[in-house]
Parts: sequence; structure tokens; C-alpha cells
Amino acid sequence: MDVEFTINGKRVLASKGETILDVARREGFVIPSLCHHEVLGSDGRCRLCVVEVQRGKRKRIVTSCLYTAENGIEVFTESPDVQLVRKTVLELLLARCPEAETIQYLARQYGVHDTRYVKDKDKGKCILCGICVRTCETIVGVTALSMSGKGPLKKVTTPFDEPSSVCIGCGACVIACPTGHIYMEDNNGIRTIWRKKFELAKCPKCGRYHAPLEQLEYIAKKSGTSLDELLICQDCK
Amino acid sequence: MHTSLSKIEKIATEYTSRMKGFQKIIRICTGTGCVSSGALRVHDGLQKAIDSEGLSEKVLIKKTGCHGLCERGPIVVFGNEEILYQAVGKRKIEEDIHLLISTIKYNKTAENLLYKGTDKTKRYVSSREIPFYSGQTRLVLALNGIIDPEEIEDYIAHGGYRALAKALTMERDEIINWIEKSGLRGKGGGGFPTGLKWRSCKESDGFPKFVLANGDEGDPGAFMDRSLMEGNPHAVIEGMIIGAYAIGANQGYIYVRDEYPLAVERLSKAISHAEELGFLGKNILNTGFDFHIGIFRGGGAFVCGESTALMTSIEGKAGEPRAKYIHTVEKGLWEKPTNLNNVETWASIPEIINRGWEWFASIGTEKSKGTKVFSLVGKVNNTGLVEVPMGMTLREIIFGLGGGIQGGKKFKAVQTGGPSGGCIPEQYLDMPVDFDSLTGLGSMMGSGGMIVMDERNCMVDVARYFLKFLVEESCGKCVPCREGVRRMYEIVDRISTGKGREEDIAHLEELGKAVQIGSLCGLGQSAPNPVLSTLKYFHDEYVLHIKEKRCPAGVCKELIKFTIVPEKCTGCMRCASECPVKCITGEKKQVHEINQSRCIKCGTCYDVCRFDAVKIE
Repeated sequence: MDVEFTINGKRVLASKGETILDVARREGFVIPSLCHHEVLGSDGRCRLCVVEVQRGKRKRIVTSCLYTAENGIEVFTESPDVQLVRKTVLELLLARCPEAETIQYLARQYGVHDTRYVKDKDKGKCILCGICVRTCETIVGVTALSMSGKGPLKKVTTPFDEPSSVCIGCGACVIACPTGHIYMEDNNGIRTIWRKKFELAKCPKCGRYHAPLEQLEYIAKKSGTSLDELLICQDCK
Repeated sequence: MHTSLSKIEKIATEYTSRMKGFQKIIRICTGTGCVSSGALRVHDGLQKAIDSEGLSEKVLIKKTGCHGLCERGPIVVFGNEEILYQAVGKRKIEEDIHLLISTIKYNKTAENLLYKGTDKTKRYVSSREIPFYSGQTRLVLALNGIIDPEEIEDYIAHGGYRALAKALTMERDEIINWIEKSGLRGKGGGGFPTGLKWRSCKESDGFPKFVLANGDEGDPGAFMDRSLMEGNPHAVIEGMIIGAYAIGANQGYIYVRDEYPLAVERLSKAISHAEELGFLGKNILNTGFDFHIGIFRGGGAFVCGESTALMTSIEGKAGEPRAKYIHTVEKGLWEKPTNLNNVETWASIPEIINRGWEWFASIGTEKSKGTKVFSLVGKVNNTGLVEVPMGMTLREIIFGLGGGIQGGKKFKAVQTGGPSGGCIPEQYLDMPVDFDSLTGLGSMMGSGGMIVMDERNCMVDVARYFLKFLVEESCGKCVPCREGVRRMYEIVDRISTGKGREEDIAHLEELGKAVQIGSLCGLGQSAPNPVLSTLKYFHDEYVLHIKEKRCPAGVCKELIKFTIVPEKCTGCMRCASECPVKCITGEKKQVHEINQSRCIKCGTCYDVCRFDAVKIE
């Protein structure tokens, strides 16, 4: 612990390189965030975790998920400017994704009960946090998803909006998505996700469909485990 | 080292004596503006005429970069600025070529082709006399319009690559000292001290290091960088080599937007010519210093002019900016120490080395040194490219060089700093233009765009226009910019169509502030400027749109109606013949009438009427 600074007046210690968000949460301060992920790290997209940092005379708004602890700075997590940015972000997201329960809940928590903007109908629940993209790339290791387009047209999709040749249908993106935007359906031994249909493998012991065949083949290739072994579901192992 | 300097001198001497073999040298501007108004046809026609007159041994035509007076292109200059002909070939090209030939053969000045000035009374022969040029201080653009950008020998004959030879004999720290003491600041918009940036990059741990040139100029109406890259590519390259040597980099990239094919072509040629002569590549001028330059063509996203997005783009990823809490001089391209400067900044370097930092520091204001190139566009008489010392007032630029407002109309505002700059009203016309004063007014110098507006520009509409641009060009990474700017657009659009609500102004101010302080990069942080600055200086205009549903400038179509005042109409029929939808009727010498159901509210009738008989309601 070689860095010392204050958060809302409280003296705190941090290791070099630690982000303000990590330190603050460890010390019990509540800072909301949407695009930060414990494993995947931060990207600075949602701007919900902003705090105000005073360094000497200079005061500015920074994203606490990326800004690292520095000696002598004063951090404020609830200053008027922080609240302005936070409320604005939530109101804007509420208009973008009116159906997203996560956003509705967070917005209410921070005193945003409605949005003054026309509600979007075409964005689903996607807030473009990028967690699915990063999960697919760094955890799954296939990079089937990416952001495409810019400005209001930006979206998460597969290349050219076509079924991806590298997607293994694992559904990790579905689990990682904080708002429940990504659609996945298992029906009669077929999984549908990102416009692609996957044949589900049947466990030879219990006869249950448990994972896409392509996913098991991918794991077999990566790990060297035989496909026969992987075909047996978790419950029957 | 002497051998390399003598080699450079030899190239210069040979080229100069070759040029002396010609009795006349004619320079035709082949900048993008003149090319689009027909400069290449003039060139080919003139070359053919010279050949058939048997003068090709005596007369040389040079294709040069932009001369700046784009409004009057194509520009043809005889000798060393002795005669400037404008709008050559715009009416009858054969006649104009004939006039050029008689100037060549009999030294006869063609009065018809001379620049007439804004009051159309005086004719100017030499460009040196034209106020548009005489009021400028051309350092970066000094050779634009003089040299053939595709001939490295021409650049060398005009002093080129001496600075490189000199810099390579200097200590690296000494070069950086010079740049620091010169006071040079980044001309791409940020105004960050260049020497300090170089030093931080040099002292930063990490290897290899990179130097980058930003030529991704994307502001609507701006063409400073383009003209420089097209007109004098070697100045950019020479500056980069000096910088790379001082910083300790062996690889550089010039990032040029792909919409500038001529810049890409000329830079590519310049790079290979410099390599052939040993100014670039391995063991530069036998000093053991290696430096390579590659060209990276941008895919057209405005945000890629932002430093981190530019680097992300070179890395092969979608151009999204990243947080700069760790500076790019420490972790930039591929997480390596990277020094990025705008092409205009790079092009300023050679002359600082040649003439010394004291010379550069003597130009400009206390905190903004040297010159700045502006592209002066909009409702100004002389649209074009101007280079002025820092600290010149807006009035001097717009009314002095620019020759005032078109049609004698009233100045209303000048928009500086590109789409995310702000609109500056008349009361600040005497403000000296430098990095700090414009920021103080809620605008910025930016890369040097300057759009002049008159009484027929509606400020709500202007804000709406720039917001629309920014909505489309936001990369969409962070919420305040992606979502906030389009919501600002929705509100301003609503105001301009007469559906504004009383609370909209306060709402815009609040949302604007949140986007300013909450966005990730400079694009989002400055995106609200067009709205906030017009709200600040033209508040009443917003109120009129909202409360009275009126657009005093007569621009917002839903709020206006053009009618003819019977007492003033002389029945000259001018409006009727100019109306693009032919919705004005009336006999000669009889009062005309506008058919409101067919009128598209373009305002042509209002603009062409000489009797003030068209009224905006």
C-alpha cells in the first residue's frame, strides 16, 4: 500500500496501479457501473462510475474504473457534477433501452424516474457496454462478436450481420450481458443464437441436450479432451 | 557531414541553373480547388499552345500546390509573383489561353484576367499587391504555390533539407530545447507545447518509439492540412525526420484521410524521392540514424483525427478513442511511446531549425507563437486559405484579408474550430486570434476552420447543422456523446421547426454540460460547443423560435413565409426567373406574387431582389 489519498474526505490507502473504483468499493463507497467487469476490466464506455478528482487546484470528472490512485488526490463520489453526469447517463439509457429492468432499477436508485426523451424502439436492451464482445474475445477466445457502425447506429453484431463462422454457440455472451439483451433459444435439440442454428449434443447417459456440438468440438480441440468424454453432461460425469 | 550538405547544395545549384535556362516560368495552381474549377484543362491547353508556338524550350509550366485564393481559381502566376491571373479559362478557355500566350510572347498583361478586388475598381497585377496576400505571413505555406510538390529538387533549391542536415549535427536535447524555446504549440487544435511533448516522449521508457503525423482533417469546410500535404509534402516529411531524430524514433506514420487521394499520391512520391536521396531510410545522410515513414490511409471516420482513435485505427481496430489518463507519449501506438503532431506543426519545424528559435518566437503573441493557417469560408468575399501571425484579430482576417461580407451584407458571427467549435459574435471581432482567447469565448482555434456568417444565417439552424454532423460522427463508444448529442439534436431540431418548448433552453444547457464533462474524448467534450455558444451569444434568437415561432434570419422553413411587398415590387421579373420551382408569377412591370403552396422557401427571391420587395414573415 504505497499510495494515499482521500475519498469523500476519508483517508484511504491503495497499491500503485489500483483504480479508484476498486479502492472505493473496497472501502465501502458505492459507485455504480455497467461496463466494468471484474475479470474483463474496464473500457470507459458507460461513464456511470465517474467521480470528481481534485489534484492541486485542478478539478475534473474522470472514470473511476480507469483512473489509477495517486498520492494526495481528493476524490468525490457524490459531487454535483458527478450527479449530473450519472443522472444524465441513466436518463439517456432509459430512453435508449426503456425495457431494460437493470437500467430501470439503477435509474430509480439514483432518483431518475422517467426520461424526457422519445423512447427508442429499435435498440432492445443493449446499452453497448461491450461486455459480450470482450467475453467472446478474451474468455471464449473466438471473437464472433464486435461493434459495428458508429454514432447512434452502432451495434453489437456478427460480421456483416451474418451467422458467424467462428461462433460456437456457447452462450457466454448471454450470461455476461448485464441487461439481458441477447436472445438465445434451445428448442428440440437446436440452439438459436446470433442468427445461427446449432445442433445440441445429447448426453449418451441421460439423453439430455446439454451443449452445442460445435462448442464441445472447440473445447476438445483446445484442451485435448476427447469428444466422447465431453459428450457426457456435467450431471452424469 | 560536410559531404551531405555539399550534396544538397549541388542538387540545388543544378536545379537552379536548369531553371535559369527558361526565359519564363509559369505556375498553375493544381490544388484541389483550382483543379475542380478546371486548372488541368488550362494546363493542358497552355502546354499544347506553347508546344505549337515552338516555345517549349523557353517556357516552363509548373504545377504547384494551393495558392490560397480558391474563390478566384484557376490561378496562374507568371514568374516570381510578377503577374497573377485569376479565373483563367472560366469563360472561354481558348481566348484565355490566347491571352496567356500573348503575355508569354509580348509581355502583354491581360487586363481581363487580373484580380479586381472586392470593389471591382482597382486591378492588381502582382499578387504581392493584393490585400488577400499582402496581409498574410506565410511561413508554413511559404513554398505552397511556388514549388512543384512532385519535384524534390525544387524543394531543395528553395532551401529544403538544410534543416535536416543542420539538425543531425545538433545534440538531440538541443533540438528539443530549440523547439521548446520557440514556443511552438500543436496546430491541430489542442495547442499543447510541441517541445514539451517531444521531451516527454524522448524521456519516456519503452522501445520502439513512434512519431506520427495527423493529416486526418475532417472538419467541414477545412482544407489547411490538405493543401499543405498536396502543396509542400517535403516540409512535413523533413519536420518528421528531425522530430524522430530528436525523440529517438525509427518509424513514423502519416495518417491521411482516404478522401485526399492527391495528398496520398504526393506524399508517397515525396517519401520515395527522399529515400532515393538518402534523407529517409537507413543511415540517413551517413549519420547512422535510421527512419522510415509509412502512409496510413484513414477510413473516413471523423473521430480518427483524435489522437488515441487515430492510433487505434493504425493498430487495425475500429477507430475508438481511449482514456488518456496515461499519456500517449508514454503508451500510444501499440502501447509504445508515441509522439503525434498535426502536419502543420511538423511543417513548422524545418524553418525553426533553419532560422533559429528566436526568429520563430518573435512572431505571434506572448503565449501563442508563430503563425496559423486558416481556411476562410462562408459568406466572405475572398474564400480561401490564409496564413496569419497569431494574434491577428478576427476583424483583420475577415474584413482585411477576406475582403468583408459577400453582397455588402451584415456580419453576424464567425464559427471557428470546426464542428465542435463555437460561434463568435460581432462584439468580439477585435479579439486577437490565438489558442487561449478563442477558448475563453467558448469556441476554440481548433485546426483552423473559419466559417463566416451573415444576417441570413440562423444560429439555431447552424447549431442544428453541426449537431447533425456530430451525431453521425460520434464513434458511439461512450454514452454521453452517443446518446446525449443526438438528444441535443432532437431538441434543437424541434426548436427549428416551431415545436420548441419553454424548458428546452435550460434542458440544452444542462445536457450540454453533462456531455462536456462526462464524455470520454475531445469530440464529445466539445460537441455541445455549437449549441452552448449560440445559446450564450444569440439567446434571443432561440427565444424567438420557441415563443413566437419566428426565424428572424428567414432560414427555418417551417417558421417562415416569403411574400412580395406590392409597394416595392417593380415587376422586374428577376425573382420569377431565378425561382427554382417557378412559383412566382406576374407580368412585366406588374406586381409579382408567390404561390405559397408550391414555394420551397429557399430564399432565392429574397436574395436576388434589388428593391427589398421580398419580405420574410
